[in-house]
Amino acid sequence: MSPLLEVATVSKSFRGLKAVTEASFDVAKGDIVGLIGPNGAGKTTIFNLVAGVFAPDHGQVRFAGRRIDGLRPDQVCAAGIGRTFQIVKPFAGLSVLDNVTVGALQRAQGVSAAKRHAAKIVERLGLGAKRELPASSLTLPDRKRLEVARALATRPQLLLLDEVMAGLTPTECDQMVGVFRELNRAEGLTILLIEHVMRAVMALARHIVVLNHGEVISRGAPEEVVRDPAVLECYLGEEAEV
Amino acid sequence: MPWDLVLNVAIAGILTGLVYGLMALGLSVIFGVVRVVNFAHGEMMTIAMYAAVVLFAAFRLDPFLAVLPVAVAFFAFGYLLQAGLINPFITRPEHSQFMLLVAVAIVLVNGLLLAFGPDARNVLVDYQLESYAVGRILFDKARVFAAAMAVATSAALFAFFRFTRTGKAIRACADNYLGAKVVGLNVKRYYALTFGLGSACVAVAGCMMILLVDVTPSLGPAYTLLAFVIVIVGGLGSMGGALLGGVLIGLSEALAGVFIEPSAKSMFSFALLILVLLFRPQGLLGRKVS
Amino acid sequence: MNLRIAGLLALLAAALVALPLVASPYVLSVATLILYFAYAGQAWNVMMGFAGQLSLGHSLYVGLAGYASAGLFFHYGIGPWAGLWLAIALCTAAGAAIGFLAFRFGISGVYFALLTIAFAEFTRIGFDHIKWLGGPGGLFIKVSQRETWDLANLRGTPEMFYYVMLALAAGAFVLCWLLLRSRAGYYWQAIRENEEAAQALGINTFRWKMLAVVVSAAMTSLAGVFFAFYYNNLFPEQVFHISRSIEIILGPIIGGIGTLFGPILGAAVLTVLADGITELLAALGLEIPGVKQVFYGLVLLVVVMYLPNGIWPTLARRLGLSK
Repeated sequence: MSPLLEVATVSKSFRGLKAVTEASFDVAKGDIVGLIGPNGAGKTTIFNLVAGVFAPDHGQVRFAGRRIDGLRPDQVCAAGIGRTFQIVKPFAGLSVLDNVTVGALQRAQGVSAAKRHAAKIVERLGLGAKRELPASSLTLPDRKRLEVARALATRPQLLLLDEVMAGLTPTECDQMVGVFRELNRAEGLTILLIEHVMRAVMALARHIVVLNHGEVISRGAPEEVVRDPAVLECYLGEEAEV
Repeated sequence: MPWDLVLNVAIAGILTGLVYGLMALGLSVIFGVVRVVNFAHGEMMTIAMYAAVVLFAAFRLDPFLAVLPVAVAFFAFGYLLQAGLINPFITRPEHSQFMLLVAVAIVLVNGLLLAFGPDARNVLVDYQLESYAVGRILFDKARVFAAAMAVATSAALFAFFRFTRTGKAIRACADNYLGAKVVGLNVKRYYALTFGLGSACVAVAGCMMILLVDVTPSLGPAYTLLAFVIVIVGGLGSMGGALLGGVLIGLSEALAGVFIEPSAKSMFSFALLILVLLFRPQGLLGRKVS
Repeated sequence: MNLRIAGLLALLAAALVALPLVASPYVLSVATLILYFAYAGQAWNVMMGFAGQLSLGHSLYVGLAGYASAGLFFHYGIGPWAGLWLAIALCTAAGAAIGFLAFRFGISGVYFALLTIAFAEFTRIGFDHIKWLGGPGGLFIKVSQRETWDLANLRGTPEMFYYVMLALAAGAFVLCWLLLRSRAGYYWQAIRENEEAAQALGINTFRWKMLAVVVSAAMTSLAGVFFAFYYNNLFPEQVFHISRSIEIILGPIIGGIGTLFGPILGAAVLTVLADGITELLAALGLEIPGVKQVFYGLVLLVVVMYLPNGIWPTLARRLGLSK
């Protein structure tokens, strides 16, 4: 079966600085793949390339067999990819429910249907009690949940999670992991996540892709990758909690 | 069209344009550093012109001498305006800052209307009627002096920013707000200082302008828009750009007045603004602002 | 909808409908003015309050519409109900042009505001040269009578104009209420709050921003038609002037950008207070030009500084209402 997402030898430079160089990896349907690497390795750049924020200088990105590199972010969402942002971007002036409704409108037939769908997702992410509160009043963990809920409301086939665990306590982290595991198991949601919190990566990811200086230096199952000497070298000096 | 007429008009336009440039320089400095759109800029220019009128009427003070007290007063006014009113607004959304200065502008321009009435006022000094002659080309004395003052003031400002410690600190604040704070610069004080300096520029420009045109309260909004056109055409944040833009606008206004029609000259400026905003928003000499 | 709000609205509606029966001609004219600014403010609010695009050149649409309808009436005797279609078409085209140029080239924020000002100013000077529409001397349309209601030509009593404006303002209120609850409302607010996030959720921000600009322009055009037939004279210097644009935005900003009641409340507060001041000064024997504007400026200053979201949100909280 062909993979859901194929990143094929993409390269991207910013004013001479090579952010990503000939990176390739696949994400199979129903899989959870972790994208890890030191800071500045190019992980968010790859996300942005997939999400349509900018186009690659070379290479292609294919989703469900169709080329999506060069599409606008809203077109990428329409194709079935949802994303969260590393620095959360809530619609501060809108309520939690309204925030998610905006996402739900992507596939819903009308506003009432969108609201219903949004309400369900809000419950699922544990924000039910806060649905009428303005997004600006939420704590950081709740804002992260909101960010995820909004992206989920667009009914994506592939969800791109950009460091959603950062700033969460271990308990909150485990809760989020639980939600994603459930979504993956029950609905077959494919997930590609950037993470520094190893606790989450090891708990969720069935495959890992390691990036360093814009290049893919290792890939495979978690147990293999953490023993790969190339990976250990690029993390030298850092304590990886497993 | 006789060539000497065109040349005379062009030269007059360029000289006036240098004074425009000084006015725009004040705006460019303020926007380049503080990142606040001073919508009251033209009104401040108009107040400076009225100040020169009042000082002339009361003490027969030549505008060139009036420059000193007016510039000092404006420096203080600008400093206090930034420190007291605008600094708290830095973190607010853009349209809030904009509206704040729109409000200030409305109060100022109508305050002038209340104080001075709608009739035009001016100063009368003898050198306004004299000119230097080079062959068939005439240089109005008043215009030449005014342009010279504008250039001198611009040069002084440029030197300040290039060579003094305070000037460099201000440029640091402009380039990197957070970084400047991290190294311990009192950014808010530098913002106030910059607004004061920008205002002083406007003061000098105003004192010079009153030698060339009459003043009415309605000049305020017109000059605000003109300043913006110049700064955007020349390039936001570029001091040379402000002067260049001023000269270009002054020149094109003068020529448009002669070749098309006097009232069409502002139309030309606005058309230029629209084109620049669309095709080269960083202006002729500006850096790309994100 | 909240029962309290519905009740209050009904009361307000009844009062507004009954007003001409008890009001003096002066009060009626003030009320008509309030409704005019409430309507224009609502129209502007769609672009700014809903979609977050700051326009300071709305006088362009008032002027274009006014001149289009008045010109047709003046030269061909074509009534305002037909002329209004040309007005709407012109304003929609102008709005679309400005929106397209701005959004295509990524112009936003302050630059966008300056662009709108530039277009209005450019048109102001341009119209001074259009002899067919009267040039700087102005365009005057004949007031044939003020006794009976001639709705077809919008000639008639002050009461007629009041009710026409009331109908427009009420219509705008209902339209904005519907828009806010629709997909457009959600998408516009999303774009206003965070355009990048909105795109990531599948919103074609270019298209929706264009829609906001066009809807706002089309709505404003009706104000322009009313303006022409109410005042019966148009001067480019006056109609396209930036002061007109600022008057339009004062109501929503003071009342509350992005809310439904904001523009109406703001227009009412501003007009009543301003007229109060003029009356007070006249009673003291002072007739000073510019006092009203200084007052506007000060009110704007105070509101921007201390009530950044306008009067309505705070008022609504106090009264226990929402939105």
